[in-house]
Amino acid sequence: MAVVAMVNKIIPFSSVDGPGNRTAIFLQGCNFDCQYCHNPETIHLCVGCGACVDVCPTGALQLRDGAADYSRVMHKDLEGLPQVSHVVYDPGKCVNCDSCIQTCPHGSSPKIRFMTAEEVMVQVRRQIPYIRGITVSGGECTRQREFLLELFTLAKAEKLTCLLDSNGSYDFSQDPELMAVTDGVMLDIKAWDSKEHHQVTGRENEAVLHNARHLASIGKLPEIRTVVVPGLVDAEKTVTNMTRMLAPYLGQGDIRYKLIQYRPLGVRPEYAVYSMPEEDFMEYLKQLAVSQGFTAVIA
Amino acid sequence: MREISMERVEQIRQNIYDTITSVTMTHEQKLTSMCCHADSLMEVIDLPEGLDELLNVPIPQKCICDLNEGHAPMRPRYIVPDYAKFMKQGSKFLQLDPPQDLWEALNSLLILYKHVPSVTNYPVFIGNLDELIDPFLEGVDDATAYKAIKLFLTHIDRTIVDSFCHANIGPKPTRAGFLLLKAEAELENATPNLTMRYDPEISGDEMGLAGVECALHSAKPSFANHKMFTSELGEGYAIASCYNGLPIGGGSFTLSRLLLNHIADRADSVEQFKNETLPYVMDIMARYMDARIKFMVEESNFFEYNFLAKEGLISVDRFSAMFGMVGMAECVNTLMQKEGKTGRFGHDEEATQLAVEIMDIIDEFNKNHVSPYCKGSGERFMLHAQVGLADDIETSPGTRIPIGEEPAELIDHLRVLEKFHKYFPSGTGDIFPIDITIHNNPEYVLDIVKGSFQGGGRYLSFYRSDSDVIRVTGYLVKRSELEKLKAGNAVLQNTTGLGLGASRNCKILDRKVR
Repeated sequence: MAVVAMVNKIIPFSSVDGPGNRTAIFLQGCNFDCQYCHNPETIHLCVGCGACVDVCPTGALQLRDGAADYSRVMHKDLEGLPQVSHVVYDPGKCVNCDSCIQTCPHGSSPKIRFMTAEEVMVQVRRQIPYIRGITVSGGECTRQREFLLELFTLAKAEKLTCLLDSNGSYDFSQDPELMAVTDGVMLDIKAWDSKEHHQVTGRENEAVLHNARHLASIGKLPEIRTVVVPGLVDAEKTVTNMTRMLAPYLGQGDIRYKLIQYRPLGVRPEYAVYSMPEEDFMEYLKQLAVSQGFTAVIA
Repeated sequence: MREISMERVEQIRQNIYDTITSVTMTHEQKLTSMCCHADSLMEVIDLPEGLDELLNVPIPQKCICDLNEGHAPMRPRYIVPDYAKFMKQGSKFLQLDPPQDLWEALNSLLILYKHVPSVTNYPVFIGNLDELIDPFLEGVDDATAYKAIKLFLTHIDRTIVDSFCHANIGPKPTRAGFLLLKAEAELENATPNLTMRYDPEISGDEMGLAGVECALHSAKPSFANHKMFTSELGEGYAIASCYNGLPIGGGSFTLSRLLLNHIADRADSVEQFKNETLPYVMDIMARYMDARIKFMVEESNFFEYNFLAKEGLISVDRFSAMFGMVGMAECVNTLMQKEGKTGRFGHDEEATQLAVEIMDIIDEFNKNHVSPYCKGSGERFMLHAQVGLADDIETSPGTRIPIGEEPAELIDHLRVLEKFHKYFPSGTGDIFPIDITIHNNPEYVLDIVKGSFQGGGRYLSFYRSDSDVIRVTGYLVKRSELEKLKAGNAVLQNTTGLGLGASRNCKILDRKVR
């Protein structure tokens, strides 16, 4: 029986999720809780409280008793999820006003679709031959690892390249089966300093750095990204040490360093207190990466 | 020559006076205008019966438009000289020997450009520049070649003051091609317009990406589906003016257009439109175009006196004519309404399918209409999706989806336009402003171009949404020049005036950013 994934959204043409034109698939649920998360509604799974149902202006949401059908869902965050009631979403009635997301007290979204890999591929195939591949992002996509395996196996049959966008908490070195169908993993590097990393995400960064080294060594690290947030993380230290650590592996494949300017847009109000970094500083960081042999871009 | 009324003469005298005293026209623009006024006194073409009430009526009733080509055309509308031949043989009339080095080559081309007429009085095609220049780069270092090419392009921009002037590059990657793209990206000029004849197998990714990078600076080049054009016109084709595919060594005598939206207004039903209204108007427009061509070939003596013809740089046998159309979206929406349906072109499957059926009718008509002087295209006209005029209101160019109604997803937009590009060897195209973030990912645009060319796309243009140089409908203008003209100052380029009209009437600044 095919696995069912919890899909937050699918973007048919994306220019910012890896090289070339790609269909980007965003999965629901993340095991990090980053302060500056720009899509906080992707972090948690819906607990079925129904707060969103009342604010929906078009009646696209309904509260039903009992748990949703999770029988075919393989999601690491399902355990302990309250199963008293659940919200049913009707995309046909939805006007995408996002009142539900703004109201959700749990950092989730009721607009999640339960889809098999084949159902996602039906959406992906519409973009062939305009895309060179797909990227699965999130949330943290590896929380639904079984689905990734099925999706990438199908995508490979269409000669599409398959990328993952990950927070680096999953040990890719222990999953050769998944890596066999994965062309590359794009890693978010929140901070070099473990204390800073903990402050941002609530987690240590040892696993992340281990993954960066491992993926770089097998030529499957096409991109690393760092969000530059003055006052929260030492970006200079992060860029300097990351590039120094990974430079020996550049022979295995090009690694692009994407430096992202923090913007308060989309960030939860309580965390939207940081200011944007100056252009000059971004350029300085870029040159740091370039001097270590990286292709670096400012996003 | 038929007589005209004194009333009309007086009106034209007033028009002449207005031109003479205008403060927003340059001297050259006034000369061109005076020429048109003189022409408007003429009545020498044998006009088909029924034309008058389709052509010379207020805009909302107009079904045929001749784009103000004039009453006594003294040259073909679009001339596409064989510049390669010119480089080999020089020109007796211009007293130029074949060029021997880069300096002579660029100088000779600049001289010839001053003597290539067209409907705008400026050349609408200035050659496959990379192929023309590349042989002369041997032994010339990059810095010298780059400077020469930059001066050459700047000279063109400042003297050919009309951005219908079009250069081509590709499909083969050459050193000259890369230098031209680099220079265009740096200069950010409106003229010349530029098309990359692109075939992924011949051109490769490096050239395609250089094209995308250039387009994000200067809104050009556009990408032409080289495979598609060669399958229809052979290797000897060029893209001229807005985006018109025409035979090299020839061109197009004339271009008239069907205003499909206004033709639909005259029909009571889809059936009547298909079987009576549209065929009636098409027949009159075809005969009108034939009459214009007959005058040009048999009476104007252009091909007898002009040195381009005498020296073999053009030949009357390489000419065609363009059977144009606009307003498909509005036509279909009107017809759907008459059938009591609400589906709209570009969104509703039935509406879009109706447009395909209308195109099949136009295509079939054209295949059956023999135009004996159009020897450049098998004695048939070539269909053309015209880009519109600045004073078109509620009339979308060709088969484009109206601005403001574009599908939310680009993929859906592409799937619609690809149904229509195949009908138009003499030109069609769609335009997409692109968000700045793709600067880091030019492959994104190239993937779309390659995908679309496989799916039947013919011609695609992209520009950065915050760029100074932008594509209006086919030609280019600078936003900064639009602002100057809006403030009441005379500006260098004729096309800036057209762009200003289009920005007011055709919503060209409101396209959906992709």
